[in-house]
Amino acid sequence: MDFLDPFFLEALVNGILLGGVFALPALGLNLVFGVVDVVWLCYAELVMVGMYTVWFLHTQAGWPLALAFAACLPVIALLGMLLHLLVVRPLLTSPPINQVLATGGVLFVLQGAATLVFSTEFRSLGVDMPPMEVGEVFVSGTKLAAFCAALLGAAVLWAFLKFTYVGTAIRAIARDREVMPLMGVDPRRIYLIASAVGGALAGLAACLLVVQLDVHPFVGLSFGPITFMICVMGGLGNMLGGFLAAFLMGLIISVGGFWGSTEFSYVVAFAFFILVMFIRPKGLFAR
Amino acid sequence: MSGIARDVALLALGVLLLGAVPLLSPPDYAMHVFITMALTALAGTGWAMMGRFGLVSFGHGAFLGAAAYAMALLWNEAGLTPWLGIPIGVAVAVAIGMLLAYPAFRLRVVGHYFALVTLAAGEIVRILIVALRDHTGGSLGMTPVQAPPGQQFLAMQFDKTGFWWIALIAWAGGLLAWRLLDRSMSSKALAAISEDEDAAASIGIRVTREKMKVTVISVALAGLAGALTAQYRQYLNPESLAGLGISLQIVFGAIAGGMYAPFGPTIGAIITIGLDEALRIGFGTEFTGGAPLVYGLLLVLFMLFLPRGIAGLFERRARRAAAKPAAERATA
Repeated sequence: MDFLDPFFLEALVNGILLGGVFALPALGLNLVFGVVDVVWLCYAELVMVGMYTVWFLHTQAGWPLALAFAACLPVIALLGMLLHLLVVRPLLTSPPINQVLATGGVLFVLQGAATLVFSTEFRSLGVDMPPMEVGEVFVSGTKLAAFCAALLGAAVLWAFLKFTYVGTAIRAIARDREVMPLMGVDPRRIYLIASAVGGALAGLAACLLVVQLDVHPFVGLSFGPITFMICVMGGLGNMLGGFLAAFLMGLIISVGGFWGSTEFSYVVAFAFFILVMFIRPKGLFAR
Repeated sequence: MSGIARDVALLALGVLLLGAVPLLSPPDYAMHVFITMALTALAGTGWAMMGRFGLVSFGHGAFLGAAAYAMALLWNEAGLTPWLGIPIGVAVAVAIGMLLAYPAFRLRVVGHYFALVTLAAGEIVRILIVALRDHTGGSLGMTPVQAPPGQQFLAMQFDKTGFWWIALIAWAGGLLAWRLLDRSMSSKALAAISEDEDAAASIGIRVTREKMKVTVISVALAGLAGALTAQYRQYLNPESLAGLGISLQIVFGAIAGGMYAPFGPTIGAIITIGLDEALRIGFGTEFTGGAPLVYGLLLVLFMLFLPRGIAGLFERRARRAAAKPAAERATA
């Protein structure tokens, strides 16, 4: 096996780029779980709605692409807040399984609504960038741009959590949800803000995905399950762990696809996830 | 008469009465809906066997699919009759379930984590079915080979009346399994485990063994439901017999009906299948999104307002009725 084989290198590069795409929804999901302690089973469907938002504003309403991208973030952030207010907040004291099933219901609602409004047709944004050649390796321009945007988004999130007052409160409440209310932090407000930020991250992920994938109502199912597994592998609520796990999963899928078929690579990725759960149930990077 | 003998007699009576339904010569469509309800109820009953003890599986679709595809492949490629193929298919599903559950229970994968492990396992089975498209037909699905004339019985290819009887007997078997489990010490042990695993272990309950027992029963019932559904429809498809969609649907039915009462999942199946059909007729094919929309909305509303399902309504009333005489006695 020649490790300098350009096709193998290409698979490696693509794996890292794919990891960047997985990283954003994994971050958002982890943020919401870490802070609110509820798993949004419908997270990939929020991304789907975001993809439709961009597609609609750009191709139907004729907005410039940058403006459509900019509008997508607040729209999905709002959707995240609505989800929190209408479904999650009333269930905060319910058993976790009820919370998960309720967000599972939202998954069906969003898929059904998207089918009603946009039909099951595959919609394409029709934007593409020329591939770049680095040495002997071809890199898709769109994927590279999406990768950079994902890293940028992660950096902005990190700065927000690290350097702002609200960010500090969010991190504090994730650490100890009993004590923080005594320190004058209103957990209801923090939960709502975290849901909005989680939604905005889904919106950003939607912007990056819509240039690479065609949109249809069930597109969420193609990356939703893997996003959950990435979060759990990194340790639910552990954002850095999830971020690293995203790249690991991207590499497994890409390199697995290089040696076998795409389906085979997903089987390997899921089997790897189950194995990780058995060996390190609290996640690969649990402290 | 002892409790279990009375239950068996009641169930047998129920099956006989329901089994007589075809005598009223109902339309084929009604029979189709009834059969689908009975088989869905069986799958939901199987799921709730685990679900009610806090073992929430998001991968039960995989067991439906494993049993169904094993049975159909044995028939198509080896000519083995489904009468043997179904037990073998169920055994395959149980083997997969044990392979997954044993390490999960031993290594104490619980709660969210258990649900996600089963979700991953369900996806693996779905992808494998698609990937083995040379045999399974991939996402296009597969049809069992039609039996030569005179061999319908061997091929288990009956008309609606025959399948209604088979489905009824299987459904009653599921309820009986529920009842037997309830009467055994295992159900007490499992209730204790779902409250607090460490405490249960400390009083000498074999946590892994008890969980394995209920998993085997649950998976076997799901596998049976899957194989019978495939055999009834004479069509297998990875989306309708494996994967996240069907798994969530099973969970929804059991939850909506109420997973803590033996008849809960059956009520749930009647509601979900009834709803599916009503929406399909009401919305037609133009508004294909209408069904999941209403479905999801109901799931959310159930979680918000009726987390113990429809059976939970009766439960509360029964408990109040039982509590009243006791209170009167106390005051007298």
